Amino acid sequence: MLLIRCPYCDEERPELEFRNAGEAHIARSTNIAGESDDDFEKFFFIRANPKGVIYERWRHIHGCARFFNAVRDTVTDKFVMTYKAGEPKPAKLPGAAK
Amino acid sequence: MAKAAAKTNAAAASVERRPALAGRTLSAPSVKVEMLPPAERISLRAPEASLAALSKALGVTLPVKPKTSATKDGRTALWLGPDEWLIIDEAGNDPLADCAKVSALHSAVGISHRNVGISVAGPAAAVTVNSGCPQDLSLDAFPVGAASRTILGKAEIVLLRTAEDAFRVECWRSFSDYVFTLLSEAAGDAAN
Amino acid sequence: MSAAFRIPGAGRLKQAKTASFSFDDKSYTGIEGDTLASALLANGVHLVGRSFKYHRPRGFLSAGAEEPNALVQIVRDDARKTPNVRATVQELYDGLTANSQNRWPSLAFDIGAVNDIASPLFSAGFYYKTFMWPKSAWKNLYEPKIRAAAGLGVSPEKPDPDHYAARYAHCEVLVLGGGAAGIAAALAAAETGVRVILADEQAEFGGSLRFESGARIDGENGYAWAQAAIARLKAMDNVRVLSRTTAFGYYAQNFVGLVERVSDHLKSPGRELARERLWQVRANRVVIATGAIERHMVFANNDRPGVMLASAARTYLNHYGVAVGKNVGVYTANDSAYAAAIDLKKAGVNIAAIVDLRDNPAGPVIDEARALGIEINFGRAVVSAGGKLRVSSMTVQPKNGGGERTIPVDAILMSAGWTPSVHLFSQSRGKVAFNDETRRFVPGTYAQDCVSVGACNGTDGLAASVDEAYAAGAKAAKDAGGQAGKGAKPKVDAGESWSRGMLGAGPGAGPGTTVKAFVDFQNDVTAKDIRQAVHEGMHSIEHVKRFTTNGMATDQGKTSNMHGLAIAAEELGKPIPQVGLTTFRAPYTPVTFGSIVGHARGALFDPTRRTATHGWAASQGAVFEDVGHWKRAWYFPKAGEDMHKAVDRECVTVRKVGGLFDASTLGKIEVVGPDAAKFMELLYTNPWEKLETGRCRYGIMLREDGFIYDDGVVGRLAPDRFHVTTTTGGAPRVMHHMEDYLQTEFPHLNVWLTSITEQWAVIAVQGPKSRDIIAPLVEGIDMSDEAMPHMSVREGKICGVPTRLFRMSFTGERGFEVNVPADYGEAVWEALWAEGQKHGATAYGTESMHVLRAEKGYIIVGQDTDGTVTPNDAGLDWAVGKKKTDFVGIRGLTRSDLVAKGRKQLVGLKTKDPKVVLEEGAQIVADPKQPIPMKMIGHVTSSYWSENCGRSIALALVAGGRDRMGETLYVPMPNGTIEVEVTGMVFVDEKGERLNG
Repeated sequence: MLLIRCPYCDEERPELEFRNAGEAHIARSTNIAGESDDDFEKFFFIRANPKGVIYERWRHIHGCARFFNAVRDTVTDKFVMTYKAGEPKPAKLPGAAK
Repeated sequence: MAKAAAKTNAAAASVERRPALAGRTLSAPSVKVEMLPPAERISLRAPEASLAALSKALGVTLPVKPKTSATKDGRTALWLGPDEWLIIDEAGNDPLADCAKVSALHSAVGISHRNVGISVAGPAAAVTVNSGCPQDLSLDAFPVGAASRTILGKAEIVLLRTAEDAFRVECWRSFSDYVFTLLSEAAGDAAN
Repeated sequence: MSAAFRIPGAGRLKQAKTASFSFDDKSYTGIEGDTLASALLANGVHLVGRSFKYHRPRGFLSAGAEEPNALVQIVRDDARKTPNVRATVQELYDGLTANSQNRWPSLAFDIGAVNDIASPLFSAGFYYKTFMWPKSAWKNLYEPKIRAAAGLGVSPEKPDPDHYAARYAHCEVLVLGGGAAGIAAALAAAETGVRVILADEQAEFGGSLRFESGARIDGENGYAWAQAAIARLKAMDNVRVLSRTTAFGYYAQNFVGLVERVSDHLKSPGRELARERLWQVRANRVVIATGAIERHMVFANNDRPGVMLASAARTYLNHYGVAVGKNVGVYTANDSAYAAAIDLKKAGVNIAAIVDLRDNPAGPVIDEARALGIEINFGRAVVSAGGKLRVSSMTVQPKNGGGERTIPVDAILMSAGWTPSVHLFSQSRGKVAFNDETRRFVPGTYAQDCVSVGACNGTDGLAASVDEAYAAGAKAAKDAGGQAGKGAKPKVDAGESWSRGMLGAGPGAGPGTTVKAFVDFQNDVTAKDIRQAVHEGMHSIEHVKRFTTNGMATDQGKTSNMHGLAIAAEELGKPIPQVGLTTFRAPYTPVTFGSIVGHARGALFDPTRRTATHGWAASQGAVFEDVGHWKRAWYFPKAGEDMHKAVDRECVTVRKVGGLFDASTLGKIEVVGPDAAKFMELLYTNPWEKLETGRCRYGIMLREDGFIYDDGVVGRLAPDRFHVTTTTGGAPRVMHHMEDYLQTEFPHLNVWLTSITEQWAVIAVQGPKSRDIIAPLVEGIDMSDEAMPHMSVREGKICGVPTRLFRMSFTGERGFEVNVPADYGEAVWEALWAEGQKHGATAYGTESMHVLRAEKGYIIVGQDTDGTVTPNDAGLDWAVGKKKTDFVGIRGLTRSDLVAKGRKQLVGLKTKDPKVVLEEGAQIVADPKQPIPMKMIGHVTSSYWSENCGRSIALALVAGGRDRMGETLYVPMPNGTIEVEVTGMVFVDEKGERLNG
């Protein structure tokens, strides 16, 4: 069971309290009704699924109930960092976590 | 049809309240698990700007530090999230009515009947809760007054440490049988 | 003492405390503190099992958890028959009953042993090659036969009556292994004041100090020092000492699974005691002190009972006071077997000879053995063991060939050297490194905050191990935030240090030989099998492992992996590190299902949620059905009624008079805030801004792809407050979905969501008399049609308690849903029931609810929809706000596939024969005479007998359904094809007049 740092609780908490919520930084268009087929396809269907660093959304659903963002390495399954929802994608990642 | 019944009628006498698992207790050698009496509760949601007004109306300062609570005159405010508090009033006063007087932005929703409270008390209280709760419940990590929504086995609970060897476990009404039974089994093991 | 092999004065058990036990129906006596293995050995019993494949007689190889051979069945009673218990681990209790496994009719005479004679047939890869043809025979013939012949032991047929406990625990320093190194590490860490957990799989702490007779620490005998140190640790508040506790899995971020065997060693454990306790420990730092495991020598018939590891014989002697034989041979490639020979010799056991593969070893143990008059043969090998049910001799030959000599023995002690136990380190994702000089894998690169110390780290010698462990324990505690410790490092005055040894097959079992020189005892893998695997093209150790099953038995190759690897490497002509080591995986030793399940069985398997009226319904004889975690009243049979009769009566009564239904399980969410209507506009297809306070609307929620996600009636309690209902099953995910959008897409909205599902008990009162039933109990609400029309909500009181009274209908009749605070639910129900009785109303359950709504064509999301149904498909286009510019799913709805012609649409079906009720899920075709496979154009989603209609009714998703009104379609079933007519979805009161009836 992983420990995940909730940026709202400011503490590492057991994975059981969390739920993954898919890839992060995929913004819903403010004019979604007018979106082209291609743009809607990208928005709704296409996901990166990288080997390595992934930006994803998690929710501390059985804790503070907040959604937040996390950077995780899909190879090592280690969290690099977490940050609050709405904050920009970090320009620079901290050194690999222990 | 039935036009005669369409008029407002005077209400019949009050009906009795039947809390879930009322009065149930379990005593193990080093821990006691018991259902707590009904309490008034609200789920309070508010932005930071409203906290002063709400604290004043409620008579208890809403804590802003994660995993903490504040208690005054039988009323406890538990920090559950950055804009979310569980208010439990054990003194018979209605926090919903208190919040209704506040014009500052907020949401107060009555959940007195949604939740039930279970007391877990005794030297093995922390071990008992740890049978299903993955959080570190040492006094350093979870001191008296610490409060957190978390997991107990397969149920969600809100956990409040009321004393070094006592916790209040809050869960939704229909999960009370599961939570009480799990705590009871765990209490039996915690003594060994 | 009748046990012939118990040596008076030897060992640590108190001879006065005897325990009687039985093995294969024969009674024996042992001593409290014995393992089943030591007790049997004390009675001269070596033959305890038959091997898995060849059914060869087997005895004890070891004295610990690595045991591959001595697996027995422990029987407490009919329900407690535990198979595959390692006799070397099972502690003796008075009355213990054990049976051998994998033999018939008896252990000494086992028919299955014919496999041994026919063993050329059963060579490596046998199963893969033999049972290939004919294909159909695999399922019907081969697999059942193989499965019947395979497997060890017998499973109990009754449910496990024991209970199992579980705990989460946290500590700064977790020490795995309670030998000298682990104890030293724990002492160092504990002295700093941090929380320490020390776990060891044995009943007593001490590890190798149990057999290392000459060890002295802090001026005491090593074992005594260990016990004193453990007593000190136990007395400290910050330390938890767990014996009989195996660390079986090392997971992410220092999360370690331990199983504590709580009561398997007790004669009659009390009900209050769990059988096992699972500890899920999160540690800041982990110190791995799991020691090393001795390897056997690989030579012909090295599996004969009586052939065992030297350290095992030493443990049996020095700890249990048991001699493993009277005339013992020793075959070794390292020093540690000498110590065993010396201890046995001193205890009065004859050592027939020591056969040492090395040419000219020197050292104090060799000198001591020689001084004791033991015959020592250097540069020689044991090439074969004689005897069958028990070893009777060893055949010795110069290692490079030459004259053979056969020496009679009744036991052979062997040692090929020691393998560091890197299992847990490897599980932690650490990478092992091969040390060319010592020819062993040791911890290399660490992946987690842990450290290996002592023998498992390749550290030789007691003194060096204790020094290393103490320093590591102190550092781990410091790194985890501990203060500087005040204690003193244990001083090792005397201790052994083991030198190298050998890997692979010994002389006589090398390339070209066909003898049965076992590498893996538990899976009957010989040196020859490994070579054959290489010859047949398995060049990776992972392939060799799977082809031969070497290391794949429950002992996971603790004694065999290194030998197997060395033989494969030799055959491939590659250095060992290039062939690689297979990955170690959890569990380290077998773990019972019970301990994994823990408390989660029976009532605690999953929460069972009951509504406030459950007790009343049960008292009325309701039959319940599971809906998610909920128990819901399904139907209320009266005496003599079956389900159909009860449902028919309930449905008719509701439409004729009225009925009460518990709708409490419906999800309920209170949406509060000045932007509540804006939020509702975005989450539902319907318009909400203009919904008046006090009115309700049926809402549809889509996913972004345009498909129906949920539905429910929403009431507006105030301009800034909505009472939203969801489906029962959808409640948690709808809340999650709404929170997701609110928090991450629309965070600018001032609105909050609170689940009130359990705040309110909901009593649906439906039917023409519904208002008459409710009104007498209501206060402060005008229930006239003018004041409270269909689809409205009022707040007031009922029976003197607060209510949110909805006028709404899921039956098509005049209807209400009475919401009251949950603790009042049952009492208000009873009051309403009493009123209902005056009119002849009925209580009805979920089955009637389903029938009644289907009669009106009301859909159930998840039954009539399946995640690919749009509002238009479901005939609900009217609920989509055409003027809206945004809501979740608005773009999805315009996708080309979603607006294409010929989509499946929800329609009604009437069978030509009104008595025939279709099966839900049945497929629909247009032409029943077409060849198979037929083109299916839809399926039945809901189907019931409707007593109100006097016929069956059904809803179905049919391609282009609404253009097929009146068409005849066909439902092919095993017993014939059913003709159906496509109809509208409303079967009762098409005009909807009964809503105000």
